[in-house]
Amino acid sequence: MDLKASERQEAVIPTASMADVAFLLIIFFLVTFQIEVDKTQVELPATGIRLEVPEESAYVSVTEAGFIRVSSGDEISYQVPSAEEVFSLASTVVSQDPSKAFVLKADRNVPYQYVDEVIDALKRAKVRNVYLLSQQETRDGAGGGAPSGAGGGT
Amino acid sequence: MKIERKNKVDEEIPTSSMADVAFLLIIYFMVTSTFAATRGLDFALPEQEDNPPMIEKEESVLIEIQPGGQYVVDQQPMQLSEILDYLEPKLERNPMKPVIIRPDQSAPYGYMVDVFDELRSGAEKGVEVKNISIPTQREIEAFWY
Repeated sequence: MDLKASERQEAVIPTASMADVAFLLIIFFLVTFQIEVDKTQVELPATGIRLEVPEESAYVSVTEAGFIRVSSGDEISYQVPSAEEVFSLASTVVSQDPSKAFVLKADRNVPYQYVDEVIDALKRAKVRNVYLLSQQETRDGAGGGAPSGAGGGT
Repeated sequence: MKIERKNKVDEEIPTSSMADVAFLLIIYFMVTSTFAATRGLDFALPEQEDNPPMIEKEESVLIEIQPGGQYVVDQQPMQLSEILDYLEPKLERNPMKPVIIRPDQSAPYGYMVDVFDELRSGAEKGVEVKNISIPTQREIEAFWY
């Protein structure tokens, strides 16, 4: 009996759905994407209590060397020469929105004097809500709590 | 003359490169995105009052932070973990007892946050510190006596 050769099928990897998966991932990234107004690199202090900072808060960051950067929350942060500029920015922001929250993003190793000047400027500008930005405290250094102890990446 | 018909080509939209483009976009987003810290300790500043209540120094608990990070509570050197135990009997008598944090100007900021976090977390341990204040240097010079 003469056997008929069956129709030969070409070997293919079905890649049509690959694009769907990839576009879904892109949509996820686009939806969760938030513009970070302040990209100053600082080593944040670690705390156990961490509350979510309100969206579109104004930012004041203080680096280890004492450089201050500010942002009203609508634009990318820029450096200012002294805490007096923080006062003028905060006054302007508070006059437009008295309940606006300010985020203080200071390096854990910066001498307190720099932070003190910033907090004083915010107090004088009648800012009501300030958030001290922090990272999650880990329990391996429990009890000590010194700045050199706990902390993951920023 | 009979014209020979060419091999028929299947019509299709070439989508194989679509995934490449999409994955390139994903890689771009992943490389340019950064982990933003969006959590922190809330620190409500007092509303400005025309006549702020005067606090007698003796009524309050003063936590000083030395430049090296040592804590001195009411003139006694103390570990961070001992502060809540020290405050507990005082707060039982007067729950609104003011606790003042006064860091040295050259002490690292992190130590102030550690104390503040410790006092705030007291509520979980049954020692709620309701009245925490961190006066600035200007306020100290203006009102401290």
